[in-house]
Amino acid sequence: MIRLIASNAILVALVVTALGAILTPVAILRGRRDWLSFSFAAVYTNFALVTVSTLALVWGLVSHDFSISYVAQVGSRATPTFYTIISLWGALEGSIVFWAWVLGMYAAAVVWFNRKREGNLVPYAAMALLLVALFFHILLLGPANPFQAVFPVPFDGPGPNPLLQNHILMGVHPPLLYLGYVGMTVPFAFAVGAMLSGEVASDDWIRLTRRWTLVAWGFLTAAIIAGMWWSYEVLGWGGYWAWDPVENASFIPWLTCTAYLHSVMVQERRGMLKLWNLNLMVGTFVLTILGTFLTRSGIISSVHAFTQGTIGYYFLGFIAVVLLSTLILVAGNSDKLGSEGKLDAPLSRETAFLLQNMFFTVFMFTVLIGTLFPLVAELVRGVKVSVGTPFFNKMSIPLMVALLFLMGVGPVLPWRKGAGPELKGKLTAGVVLGLLFGVVGLVMGARNAYAVLSFTFAGFALGANVGEFVRGANARVRAHGESWLVALSRLVAGNRRRFGGYVAHIGVVLVALGVTASGTFKKEQEATLTPGQSMTVSGHTVRFKNAWLREEKQRQVVGATMEIMDGTRVSATVEPRMNYYPTSQQPVPTPQVKSTWSGDIYLNLMAFKQDGSNVTVKVIWEPLVPWIWFGGFVICFGAILGILPTRREAAVASAPAGGTP
Amino acid sequence: MNKKTKWGALAAVGVLVIAFGWLIYGGLDSNVVYFLTPKELAAKGEKGFDVPVRLGGQVKPGSVKWDEKALDLSFAVTDGTGEIAVHSHGAPPQMFKDGQGVVVEGRYGRDLVFQSTSLMVKHSNEYKAPAKGERPAEMYKSLMKSQGT
Repeated sequence: MIRLIASNAILVALVVTALGAILTPVAILRGRRDWLSFSFAAVYTNFALVTVSTLALVWGLVSHDFSISYVAQVGSRATPTFYTIISLWGALEGSIVFWAWVLGMYAAAVVWFNRKREGNLVPYAAMALLLVALFFHILLLGPANPFQAVFPVPFDGPGPNPLLQNHILMGVHPPLLYLGYVGMTVPFAFAVGAMLSGEVASDDWIRLTRRWTLVAWGFLTAAIIAGMWWSYEVLGWGGYWAWDPVENASFIPWLTCTAYLHSVMVQERRGMLKLWNLNLMVGTFVLTILGTFLTRSGIISSVHAFTQGTIGYYFLGFIAVVLLSTLILVAGNSDKLGSEGKLDAPLSRETAFLLQNMFFTVFMFTVLIGTLFPLVAELVRGVKVSVGTPFFNKMSIPLMVALLFLMGVGPVLPWRKGAGPELKGKLTAGVVLGLLFGVVGLVMGARNAYAVLSFTFAGFALGANVGEFVRGANARVRAHGESWLVALSRLVAGNRRRFGGYVAHIGVVLVALGVTASGTFKKEQEATLTPGQSMTVSGHTVRFKNAWLREEKQRQVVGATMEIMDGTRVSATVEPRMNYYPTSQQPVPTPQVKSTWSGDIYLNLMAFKQDGSNVTVKVIWEPLVPWIWFGGFVICFGAILGILPTRREAAVASAPAGGTP
Repeated sequence: MNKKTKWGALAAVGVLVIAFGWLIYGGLDSNVVYFLTPKELAAKGEKGFDVPVRLGGQVKPGSVKWDEKALDLSFAVTDGTGEIAVHSHGAPPQMFKDGQGVVVEGRYGRDLVFQSTSLMVKHSNEYKAPAKGERPAEMYKSLMKSQGT
């Protein structure tokens, strides 16, 4: 019953999206704008139908309806309800359902917020969204059908992949990633709409798209940080980034989107880089589909990859269609994409943005080539190779250091004209802080040139970006006699986008400090301990108390009680564990992290004697790693500042007449 | 933009692209890790020494020596025909045992011992439910019953 409702809802949604997409150009070309309300209705109907289908699948999971193939594949009566619900995205088919739902939601929101806008931009954008939705419905009825009948109906199922039901972040990272990844469809759809409607020459559509891009970017950033956190807390190796192909798949579109968020300001201010921005927007979308292809086709192996048969061909076909059609569109519009302004002074903010874009693009290609190289090598030369961390680190660390520097330079440089004498004052705070951070890094024992430079430029960027707030607030205090905090809040409220960007920069500095410090000063040690024995890593002593076994409903847990010592006093007790799921050959490591402001003590149980007489534990001192997670929150806060409507926009929206701003 | 500056800009971009390609090529050339079996690694001869390799095969039964105090692990990886001695530091993964498929990352030294930097037990990456009658959990049932907390 549930199965039939869910699968028929997708079938109807397929028909509705196809009809809606066909109707749009027909209506526009025949001059029947009244028909367009039907294609908008198709967007809403699609969202309703996909919602029904998604809820039905969740209900099937929760009610353990094993007659549904997806439930029989990932469900189990012993799994806690929370992990049962989130196993919606625990395997291929369910994740495509969730994808279709998020896309349906974005499409409905885009149409709803822009329904009154004149012109053909929004109808064509809606058409592009419907066409992408159509592709995912085809997947759901073809190679990724979660609603197949299972007969005879099994009494119980195997449950989700143990790795995916071992930590609460599994409920956080995937939805954020989908919201970010799928969200990139919206700016792409607007780009297609702008090119089809001929509005690509006006900047209006860029302003319309800005907030949607920032929403998707914010979610994608949060998802990447949450994914690092998950990997750190669950996988037990003490790291958070391994240049795994699937991590790269999420990072590559983030790079192009971040480049776009900056270069689009050059277009708004100076009317330059129009063609380039369009390409970044389309490229970001294509890279999300490519990333999905990599993770969902089974072509690479990774914790995220779900092996499946034919679905890869569908993705390749879709990528080809998207690339070809957008290429034709861009070529057809190229006469409208000329530059209005030109670079006037070499030492201006435009130059900083251009360099930033160049570095981000090079970064993107580096990661892309490194990720795809094993595939190409196997296809062309028949050898099995992997491209390891050394390649990615060697190529990306210089780029990251250079970008940190630019992050401090960009905000203090003026638009258009070359830098004047006031630059010196603007740079002072950054230079002082940068030197300070660099010296602290040296004193702490950093000897790698890139590490020292990274500390220095992180301090420089911090000083420069914080300086913008301080100078702005001080100016208001002088001009209006406000108290400093009032001045600061009014300053930010007056230009949320600009200061949201600086807040995000400060978050990036925190992430950079965490990454550099943990990469430089991380210390790890493994030891076999008997009860009462202790070990010391980087001045942090832990003592092994005892080992134990606990039976839980869905698993058995072997743990070691470890005491973190402060002199002779026990300051904290932590219990690194190994979880044995009845359906898995391999235990799932469950490391424990004791966080302080200066870093984490990371404990992982590596092995144990069956009689409990000793355990082997790995203890890692991870300096400043919590700063990475905190920095992630700060970046997202910056994005939210940029997304919220400004006071002027809010006033326009609440005005009785006047149409769209 | 006049014609001359246009060509100049194109040339500059071309130079940058070539420089970037050369960097990438150099980076890949020295950092690609080959996936080899013991037989293939041995056949490489002189070229097989001291380059990053992922060695795949089975743990040769009876070859495992594990010193839990020094955290020293020695064993041999075999593919039926070839055999390579491996040394690694740190506790082996839980599923590590005679005959188990493993992937060892590291470098093959001239002393004919493969120094491992990472040791992984090879299992299907795709998650599979165990076959009927297979109860991995049973193995641990006997575990430390007397210990408790």
